[in-house]
Formats: sequence, structure tokens, C-alpha cells
Amino acid sequence: MPSSAPVTSAEVNQVAGHRHEESAETLIGFYREMALIRAFELRASEMYARARIGGYCHLNLGEEATVVGLMDALQPSDYLFTTYRDHGYALARGMEPGKVMAELFGKTTGVSRGRGGSMHMFDAERRMLGGYGIVGGQIPPAVGAALAISMDGPAGAETEAVMCLMGDGTTNIGSFHESLNLAGVWNLPIVFVIINNRLGMGTPVEAASAEPELYKRGSAYRIPGVRVDGNDVIEVRDAALAALEQARIERRPALIEAMSYRLRGHSVVDPARYRSVDDTAEAKAQDPVPAFRERLIEAGHLDAQAATAIDQEVDLVVDDAVKFAEDSPDPSPDELFDNAYATDVANAPRSLPGERLVVS
Amino acid sequence: MTSRSGTVAEPVEASEPGAHGYRRPLTRADHVAMPNAQVMTYRQALNDTLRQEMIRDDKVFLIGEEIGVFEGSYKITAGLLAEFGPERVRDTPIAEEGFTGAAIGAAMLGYRPVVEIMTINFTLKAIDQIVNHAAKIHSMFGGQSSVPLVLRTPGGGGQQLAATHSQNLEVWYAHIPGLKVVAPSSPADAKALLLAAIRDNDPVIFLENLALYNTKGPVPDGDEAAEIGRAAVVRAGTDVTIVSYSRGVLTALEVAERFEAEGVSIEVVDLRSLRPLDRRSICASVMRTGRAVVFEDDWLTYGIGAELSATIAEGAFDYLDAPVRRVAAAEVPLPYAKPLELAAMPDADDLARAVRELLQDTRFRK
Repeated sequence: MPSSAPVTSAEVNQVAGHRHEESAETLIGFYREMALIRAFELRASEMYARARIGGYCHLNLGEEATVVGLMDALQPSDYLFTTYRDHGYALARGMEPGKVMAELFGKTTGVSRGRGGSMHMFDAERRMLGGYGIVGGQIPPAVGAALAISMDGPAGAETEAVMCLMGDGTTNIGSFHESLNLAGVWNLPIVFVIINNRLGMGTPVEAASAEPELYKRGSAYRIPGVRVDGNDVIEVRDAALAALEQARIERRPALIEAMSYRLRGHSVVDPARYRSVDDTAEAKAQDPVPAFRERLIEAGHLDAQAATAIDQEVDLVVDDAVKFAEDSPDPSPDELFDNAYATDVANAPRSLPGERLVVS
Repeated sequence: MTSRSGTVAEPVEASEPGAHGYRRPLTRADHVAMPNAQVMTYRQALNDTLRQEMIRDDKVFLIGEEIGVFEGSYKITAGLLAEFGPERVRDTPIAEEGFTGAAIGAAMLGYRPVVEIMTINFTLKAIDQIVNHAAKIHSMFGGQSSVPLVLRTPGGGGQQLAATHSQNLEVWYAHIPGLKVVAPSSPADAKALLLAAIRDNDPVIFLENLALYNTKGPVPDGDEAAEIGRAAVVRAGTDVTIVSYSRGVLTALEVAERFEAEGVSIEVVDLRSLRPLDRRSICASVMRTGRAVVFEDDWLTYGIGAELSATIAEGAFDYLDAPVRRVAAAEVPLPYAKPLELAAMPDADDLARAVRELLQDTRFRK
């Protein structure tokens, strides 16, 4: 496929043979996950306002279809690297909502034991190798994970692959270009996914990227790119499946641009005054969660009552998550130097602020 | 340990504790007592050790610019591509941030990458990956992952490479919790510390120095690793302590020898590990001598010597006969012209002058 020409996900899916007829059960499962992320993020926002959550807090509101589509395409053995906007990915990758909420609350029961917070969800078992707070920081390590896979053994349909997420703004940073180049010259099994929510904080893509059609940015590295409707969970999932298959079988990197508008500000505290009334209205009109709900009802997969039951069920899950987080212990200052190093070392500094240095 | 003639402390077996309960680096005189050592260059010790570790553990691989076909800018990796192939001796594009970060990711999946960055100046291209990622991943993700990575890089000036290629930036990394930073001064330590660094599960910045690559010394056979975080007294003395690391240790030993003829006994402490810093050994030495000079190749303000001086002030103040003297580089971007380069870099004469002034200030008598 020509790497620089616009390619729709439908074309990709035809090429790769992915056009699944989804069972009602699968679709309802997708809705349930999207609804859970929506409910979780709304509650996170509320908990932030109540000062239960500190620091930066970026929400996946409006991104739910992209989150669920991407995560459904991954095998459990695949590796995931994400941006700091990572709560939804953590949930969809199978982390317990209580432990994700506990991480936001800074508790020892959190997925990163309260060391990381909102931007740094991690689960070694589920191969979610981190949310990364530095824009572009996750891309070189993700390439390295793909390098490790390529050194482990030959390509094949059953082999592992890496998915590396980033925002639209990240495509302007040096590590993006260095990493795509490395993945290209070394033939690595990695899928780069750009979540294009059209704004890097407040800066529109057109003001930041000389090539605003971001799926084309792989062309300099002969990495084929596709743009998909990030509000369409199936389209996202199918594009990701095709790209992952190419990564596994051909050991070729791929690039997906998912168009997914943010419903709110950059982070919880951002009122997004830079957005026009029309812009906000458009984002709301494209909101993937109610749209998918309607779609399932229209298709006869769900009735309104069953949909409401799901909404209530996920609310209870989130209630339990908050309760778990609230009931979990705060870390003790005695644990401050735990995990300072992976290998113990002589003379590791362990003094607290103001303590007299012990040198004899 | 008492003051004695010669350039080295009393020879001890490599496996035996030195004066402070741990092994000190080997010096030339040790070779006499060590049949299982060979005299070789610092460069050869690094090359042999990389080969040895790649044979021992197939998860160890090398990655960096021009390390394979070109055999390394300073030929540390000579012959390794032919022996291990391009997967394990991986040449990279000029993309320090990209390949350093890739090494981090491979390390997270269980490999043990040894990254070469051509000089420490170019590590600035990779500093986000080193400081914000390698140093943070183990702690920030609650101990669920680790980054067993070694980043080898030479610092140092004196080759007329001008301002951007002559820096000593190790303090930037020595400042960062989560990193370990080692700086061997001898071929034997180059081996022992590299063994330790490769086998360690944390990211280790392994500081080399352009001026050390051709220096020679005995290197024991076998595979006994050093203990990171331990300094060593490489020359025992009673009158003045000089604390240094890397190339500076050789200068300190040279100055100590000069003063020996005058009957002044200088103790030389080789830091070996810049992070963690072995404060106890530094202070123990100063408590014995009562006088301290710190010698560093980097710039004075906020340099390694600033931390050493503060350590001595906090830990051995009552034992000091005079304030700590610091000998460091002049604070200018290092010029190209030889007379200016020489003027800016700290050398044996500068160190000797500081020692002499310190002796005078404290009315030292034999």
C-alpha cells in the first residue's frame, strides 16, 4: 500500500480480510466498557474537585470508542505503552477499577502502589508498560520493547507486538521521528497510534503540524498510515487488528491516526475557554458513548431498559472503586525509600530533609 | 594504615577487604603479588569485559553509533561485531534519544543492553530518556519493572576538541536518584565496575575518560565484580587527603609521589562511585589526615567537589585544620587553542599548588 496516500480503514480491512460481523454480545460488551470508562472519568473529575486526587488529571472523556477499539485488538501477550491520558486504557486492559482509582488517590493498593498517580498507570502482568507523563517519552521505550520481541525470535501470527499511543502534539517532537525511523530500519513489530483530538492542550493541530494529516507522517519512514474515525469502535478495532497482524507477520511497523475529539479541557482543571461554542457543540454532537448506545438500540441489540441497566451497573462498579480507594491505606513515610533501586547498593542515600548526615 | 614509601597502598589480595572493609582498586604494584593478572590498557579491559559478559549472558547486547562496523569511535568494541553478529552489536542511526530509549524498553523486557554514547556531550541528546525514564521507571511504577541498562560514555577534555566536545557532565547524572554512576580510574576497576554495572538491575552510567583509554595496569582474570557505592583508598597517607575520581585519581597519585620526596604523606581516595557516594570513606580519610583537597575535572560551581566539600564539612569538620581546598576546571567553555585549553583544565601543578598552600596555611612540619 502506498504509504503517503490517504487510505481508509475500510480499504485496510479489505486488504487484511478483517470485516467482522459482530455478535450482539460483543457489541454490548464494547458498550459496557465505554460506559464504564465514561462513568469512571466523570467520577474521577468529581473526586479531583473534592481534592481526593492530586496533581494533573487527564480524562478520556470523548475518547471511549478509541480506547475500547484499540484495547480489544490487543492480545494479552502484547505490550502497551500509553500517554498520560491513561485511565481508560488501564480499565480496558483489564486492571481492576478499584486499583486504578486507588492509584489516583495515591494509595498503596494502586496499580503503581501510589508512586505514579494519574499519568503513570502500570501493570506488568497485563503488559501495560506504563502511562508516561513526558510527551513523546514513551515512544523510544516502546520501540525498544519491539526490538526485544524481534530479538526473541522470528515473526509469526502468534508472536507478540507492541502498541504505542500518543497524542497529535507528540508527532512534532524529536523522539517521534527518531523512533519511527528506528522501527522502520529495524523492521519492528510495533503499531504507533496517534490519538488526534485536534488540540495539543490549546494549540490546534493545524498550527502545530506542517503536515496536519498526521497519518501521513509515517511516510518519511515508509510506515503505512491510516486515518480512522475514533468515534467508531469497530473501525478503530479493525484498523488496529490489521496493523497488529502486519506487525506480527511481516515485522513491519504501522501507524494509525484515530480522530477523536476531546469532550472537555486538556485536564480536569482546564475550562477550555479557547474553544468556541460551535466547537464544543460539535464535540458533544460526536460524543461516542450516547451514539453507540443509540446504535445498539436501533439495531435491536439493546432496549432502553437494558442500556440503562448497564449504565447503572457501571455506576456501581465505580462506586465500589471509590470505596476501595477510600478504604485503602495511605503509604507510610517509612516506605519512602522502598524501590529506590532494583538492586540494593552500598551507601544508598536514605536521609530525610534536614536530617544530620551520618558519615562515621 | 600508615604512611609508606612508593606510589601505592600495601598490596592486598583482590578478594580481601582493604583498609575500610572493602576491596580497593588494583594498582601496578599489585601485579607482583598477583600471578592471575595481566597488564593491559583500560581500553582492552573494557573490550575483554564486554566480550566476557556477552558470552556469559545472551541477554547482554551492545547498542550505539558506530560500534559495529566502525568498531567504536574509541575502538572499545573492536572485534565484537565479528564475534557476536549485528543483533548483539547493534549499530544505530545518529539518534541518541531514540536508541537510548529503545535500550530502556528492551531492558524492561529482560535484556541487558550496554549503550555506548560516543562522548558524554552527546548524552544531552538522550537526557530525557536517562533522567525522566531510565531513572524513574522502577520507582515510579511501584517496583514492577526495572531497567538493567549500562550507559558507557567517555568524558574529559585535553584533546583540543573545543567547547562542545570536552565536557565533564557527570554531576548532572550523579544528581539524579534512581541512577547509579560509576567512574573507574584503573584498568582493573574498569573491568570490576563494568562487571558490576552489567549485572546490576538498575540503570548505571559508566563514566570513561578519553585520557584513560591508553593507560595500563594489572587486570585480574576471572569475573569478580566490584561493589558499586564503595570508594577506595588507593594510596595511604597521613598528612593530606586528596579525593578524586576517574582521570583525576592519576593526577592525585602523581602529586602524592612528588610530595613523598619532601616527606609529606598524601592519602588518595578514589570515589569509584559518584552515586551512591561513599561519604563514610571520604570522611574517615579526612579524620586521619586533617587536611582535604578535592580534585575534579568538571567546573567548580556546583561541581562534584562542591558535594565532597560539603560532605567533609558535615562529617569531619572537627578534624579539619583548614577549610577544604577545591581544584576544578576554570569556568569557561573550553577553548580550542592549546595554551588556553591547558590553562583552563586542572592539572598536577594546580593540584600541587593547592596542596602546598594548604600545608602552609596549617603550618605543616615534617
